[in-house]
Amino acid sequence: MAETHVDERPAEEEPVPPAHAGRHPGPKEYVRIAIVLGVITALEVAVYYVEGAQDYLIPLLFFFSFVKFTLVVMWFMHLKFDSRTYARFFVMGLAGAITLFLIVLLIFQVFSN
Amino acid sequence: MATVEHAVVEEHAATSTGLPSTKLAMWLFLASDCLLFGALITTYVLYRGASVTGPFPADVFDIPYTSVSSFVLLASSLTMVLALAAIQRGDLGRCRIWLLATALLGMTFLGGQVYEFTTFVHEGLTLKTNMFGTSFYLLTGFHGTHVGVGVLMLLTLFSLSFGGRITQRNAMTVELVGLYWHFVDIVWIVIFTVVYLIPTGTPPGAS
Repeated sequence: MAETHVDERPAEEEPVPPAHAGRHPGPKEYVRIAIVLGVITALEVAVYYVEGAQDYLIPLLFFFSFVKFTLVVMWFMHLKFDSRTYARFFVMGLAGAITLFLIVLLIFQVFSN
Repeated sequence: MATVEHAVVEEHAATSTGLPSTKLAMWLFLASDCLLFGALITTYVLYRGASVTGPFPADVFDIPYTSVSSFVLLASSLTMVLALAAIQRGDLGRCRIWLLATALLGMTFLGGQVYEFTTFVHEGLTLKTNMFGTSFYLLTGFHGTHVGVGVLMLLTLFSLSFGGRITQRNAMTVELVGLYWHFVDIVWIVIFTVVYLIPTGTPPGAS
């Protein structure tokens, strides 16, 4: 008689995540981040039209842009939660791009014009 | 409000890094794309104020219109990440809805860009008009191409989901497309600030 193998695991058992797997936020957290991003974008546009803010316009816009960039990369792209190796790869490319930007603009004296 | 977190289960072949090679390759690709856009943005900043004939940026830009486009792309990032969260929970139905919503928002953004380019051409700004036109169309055109490729990837995922090729076990496929899509979004965050919001003075002697 053939031996019957009985699988004792429950049918809907949760699979065990591998060691590298991160814990991603849930939909509510994503919606909250999206609202913050929307508010910052609205502030960017508002600052553009405010007469009194023109002296600080460029630093303010760069600050808002940096915050939005960081929020998307850390939460939506999960760099805050995933392996640091991914972050190292990305920062490497980003650092290269910023270095290129600064060197070229310094050579052509864009900042002094 | 409590944050609902969920462990992410990724199935992949054993690798020396312990990380899925596809995801590592995608991050490497995005790092190289940073350099491409870094070069294009640098070129734009270098040449946007170097035109001697108009139209100049202040003559053609419509900030409220471009702001709406920015909101559309930001919203698409939210729908993309909701699609990923859905497939990671095993909810294929919601994943399909969010994928389709992301593709539609991407197409809306592209439609907006086509309209913007058409308006600029009617106002006399073409690729050959001046240095601003050349560097502007090159940068935003490359970004638009990236959005177009992203839309194709999303529609492919959407159609694959009907053939049983998108499941909780291979949610990584959705995550990879998501990484690309969010990258397109962060590039736009920089373009919106550098190209549209930071004012450019008209060069002396310009007509």
